[in-house]
Amino acid sequence: MKELIALPLLSLILVIQLAIVSRIPLLGGYADLMLVTLAAWSLQDRVETSWHWAIFGGILMGWTSALPWFVPLLGYLLMVAISRLLVRRIWQAPLLALFVVVFLGSLIVHIISAITLRLLGTSFSIADALSIITLPSLLINLFLALPAFPILRDLAVWIYDIEEDL
Amino acid sequence: MKKTFSRSLQTTIIFLVVGGILALALGGFFSSASDSLGSSLVAVQTWVSERYITIRDFFNAPNDIVSLQQRNAQLESEISGLQTQVIQLQQQLTDTQVLAALVDFSQSSPESVYKAASVIGRDPSPFLHYIIINSGSNDGIRRGMPVVTNQGLVGRVDAVISDAARIQLITDPASAVNVRLQNADTDALLAGSLTGDLALEMISQDLEVQEGDVILTSGLGGDYPPDILVGQLFNLRKRDYELFQEASAQSTVDFSRLEIVLVIMNFKPVDIVPLIPVETP
Repeated sequence: MKELIALPLLSLILVIQLAIVSRIPLLGGYADLMLVTLAAWSLQDRVETSWHWAIFGGILMGWTSALPWFVPLLGYLLMVAISRLLVRRIWQAPLLALFVVVFLGSLIVHIISAITLRLLGTSFSIADALSIITLPSLLINLFLALPAFPILRDLAVWIYDIEEDL
Repeated sequence: MKKTFSRSLQTTIIFLVVGGILALALGGFFSSASDSLGSSLVAVQTWVSERYITIRDFFNAPNDIVSLQQRNAQLESEISGLQTQVIQLQQQLTDTQVLAALVDFSQSSPESVYKAASVIGRDPSPFLHYIIINSGSNDGIRRGMPVVTNQGLVGRVDAVISDAARIQLITDPASAVNVRLQNADTDALLAGSLTGDLALEMISQDLEVQEGDVILTSGLGGDYPPDILVGQLFNLRKRDYELFQEASAQSTVDFSRLEIVLVIMNFKPVDIVPLIPVETP
């Protein structure tokens, strides 16, 4: 039952993303709070709902963004897939795994976004997109991942009644 | 009787002696002695007074510090409260100025009906330049309506729900606005970009265009009403081997600080897609 916290939590994150985070750009990029949250959540031990969180978060972002609805959903699902793959292999270094997942997840979402926009007829330079949008966004996402991980670990401890020494 | 006489005599003698001493002192005969006595008394008085003040301060000072600290904290609290009030009043003043400018703008264009709305968010994707406003279909807003501020053109309504709408800014990379250069009296196309810069395209090579020319909407295509201020032309690039001149445009709107916008309610965009001829195989 506690897992239903995902609904208000991800909704709140969406509101913060739209109202605050999207207004604090670094060059042309800004943080993807939803992506960072999903990455940090999917790397928590014993968490089994990361797919559900990714679907819900992706739908929320797809609903509010002018991008086609499937772009954030697909990106987040691919990121969670990478995360679940990594969590079994480098679970002893969760921070390293977090950085890898956030890095790859950001790249995936941006690549899917860029390809979709190009297919829809929007013309822009890939080099511009990389230097002005993707790299700054990556930097902010990695920066935000540091506080996100312990916060979501505490949430996982609360939801799954995990012992603190974990 | 003898005893009473003796006391009276003693008292008389004492008065006479004291009176004599006073008379001598007033006559200046004891000046050196009285000066040395006076100075000694003053020195002793000074010493005692200083010690007393020191001791009094020693006992009273801690109480004063505590009371001063309390007073200081109270004053600091009052200052922080007043600073909060100042910030709130400044914010209200800013909002009032913005609203006054918008009212002036709407009064200067009485042919249009405006609906003011606050900007409550931006698109979560950094690839796009969209804003979200707090008015939607319940307020009569429909897809395609142009959005302006008192400074100029902002964009147009892209999607609407009951209480909110999404606005595509003219800086969006997918945005294209038909514009007119006021001085050259020619049409051009204003395109957005990923960086938010505006580019003027399709300017004929034959025309003499100058930097600083005012850019207005042309109304062609039916997406926007004509003669809305967009910005100014700068950084003109004219190359002989190209079909058209190109230039950059500086918008009059500061898109990073959009707070309140006006939706033009009585403009219905024209969908010209059915009029575009389709090539038949």
